[in-house]
Amino acid sequence: MSDWDRVWPQLLEATGETLYMVGVAALVTVLLGVPLGVLLTVTAPGGLAPRPLLNRALGLGVNLGRALPFIILLVLVAPVTRGIVGTTIGSTAAIVPLTIGAIPFLARLVETSLREVAAGKVEAAMAMGARRRDVVRTVLLPEARPSLVAGVTVTVVALVSYSAMAGAVGGGGLGDFAIRFGYQQFRTDITLLTVVALLVLVQALQWAGDRWARRLAHV
Amino acid sequence: MIELHDVRKVFPARRRAGEVVAVDGVSLHVEAGEFAGVVGPSGSGKSTLVRLVNLLERPTSGSVTVDGQVLTELPDDRVREARRSIGMVFQHFELLDSRTAAGNVEHPLELAGVGRAERRRRATELLDLVGLGERAEARPAQLSGGQKQRVAIARALAARPKVLLCDEATSALDQASTTSVLELLRRVRSELGLTVLLITHEMAVVKAVCDSAVMLDRGRVVDRGRLSEVLTREHSPLADALLPAPVADAGAGHGGALLRVTVTDRAPETVVLQTLVGELGLAVEVAGGSVETVAGGRYGRLLLRVTGGGGELDAAVGRLRDDGVLVERVPVHGGVAAGAGVDR
Repeated sequence: MSDWDRVWPQLLEATGETLYMVGVAALVTVLLGVPLGVLLTVTAPGGLAPRPLLNRALGLGVNLGRALPFIILLVLVAPVTRGIVGTTIGSTAAIVPLTIGAIPFLARLVETSLREVAAGKVEAAMAMGARRRDVVRTVLLPEARPSLVAGVTVTVVALVSYSAMAGAVGGGGLGDFAIRFGYQQFRTDITLLTVVALLVLVQALQWAGDRWARRLAHV
Repeated sequence: MIELHDVRKVFPARRRAGEVVAVDGVSLHVEAGEFAGVVGPSGSGKSTLVRLVNLLERPTSGSVTVDGQVLTELPDDRVREARRSIGMVFQHFELLDSRTAAGNVEHPLELAGVGRAERRRRATELLDLVGLGERAEARPAQLSGGQKQRVAIARALAARPKVLLCDEATSALDQASTTSVLELLRRVRSELGLTVLLITHEMAVVKAVCDSAVMLDRGRVVDRGRLSEVLTREHSPLADALLPAPVADAGAGHGGALLRVTVTDRAPETVVLQTLVGELGLAVEVAGGSVETVAGGRYGRLLLRVTGGGGELDAAVGRLRDDGVLVERVPVHGGVAAGAGVDR
């Protein structure tokens, strides 16, 4: 195997692309998915600010996002991608569908986390004269933090797996690398190597996420 | 200080369950500085009642006035402000695990927009007050139940409220913690001049700390009054709950009549026995009963088996009544005496 000299830099580059796509997508997903999860929680019946209609509309949207296979989503949101990035090809363009796919996923996890915060803690804050936004800011989010971090970790790992499909739009990354070098050139060794690289990445993310969540948990 | 007028709370029907009338026309009056208890079996509406005071639950009808403010007429934002002068303590403490003890005490101050330095100072002061000055940086998970409730009390007092609401504040605690938390509540009541409304299903708690009590059953008031007055009132359900009527031991003694006597500081058992035995020369046997301290005074109910002629007995009852002693004749059925709920 004399081509390893050629493979290594490419593997490194693919890893870089994956990290870039996942990193930016994760950041945007957290910035938009957490507020969406909060909205889903507080507008639910019996929530802090029940809005049944809005809640059902949001729920439908979120379920739609989660029901669509990512590869379909990738194609469907192409016009949106073009609007935002200017092109539908490349790593940056892949970030748009990745983010759109991950937001509903994270939003549901956030909703679950926030619901687990004991109703009595919310009531105690209300009894202190807290406004609803104070309750979200000082009770729901801080109390759910360890569980929220766990949810973000799961989402980031899911993003790594989604990003493997980004090759379909020329996004590059490890998944694309495995298909082009390993699968299409019948190089099982390269496929395995990529799988190992992905495994290391996922393990590292999960380990970091668990550690962070544990540090936040004071229970 | 706390004034509820004909308050009703109806929870609307849900799918299968019909509507629930949790509080059914309750009026309540708690004086400034009073330590008032609300007792009743579970489901009697007492938890809903305490939440009506700070409008965590809005009454379906009726009015709620606290410290001269008619809360039921205020818009939401004014109600939130008013809540700051009403502290609340819960059965399960409801401390935030994400904050230290001091952080929890600072929480209401933060919500009220108090500056950081002042919050710190106040939290230290309050944790000292509840005897937890050393544990300021501890997390709730590192504290015992009793300590958690002390932190929760410090938190409830942080914004200098005039009223403190306690919802089953000792029900999740063991005996020793219950005693110390109740002592703390009584102490802060007198040191800070608080008005306290305490909800409990434990009569021992009422006996230990309350000046007055209201008894609820199925959302309605069945009895109420200052304990010192209630305990010397005939046929009071509250008194029966506070000092359960003694039951005679069926095997003890024969013949004679059973008298249920309520003894107080003013008419202690020594005086009663002196009258019956010493002055009237009757044979008296104690068939049951107990004497304990309630609301700072000694109260008890004794079941006495008195042997003597019919005329002597009537004279004895009359004599005790003249002396201001609460006496009831308990009928004897087939040799077995039932102590409770008779003579109604």
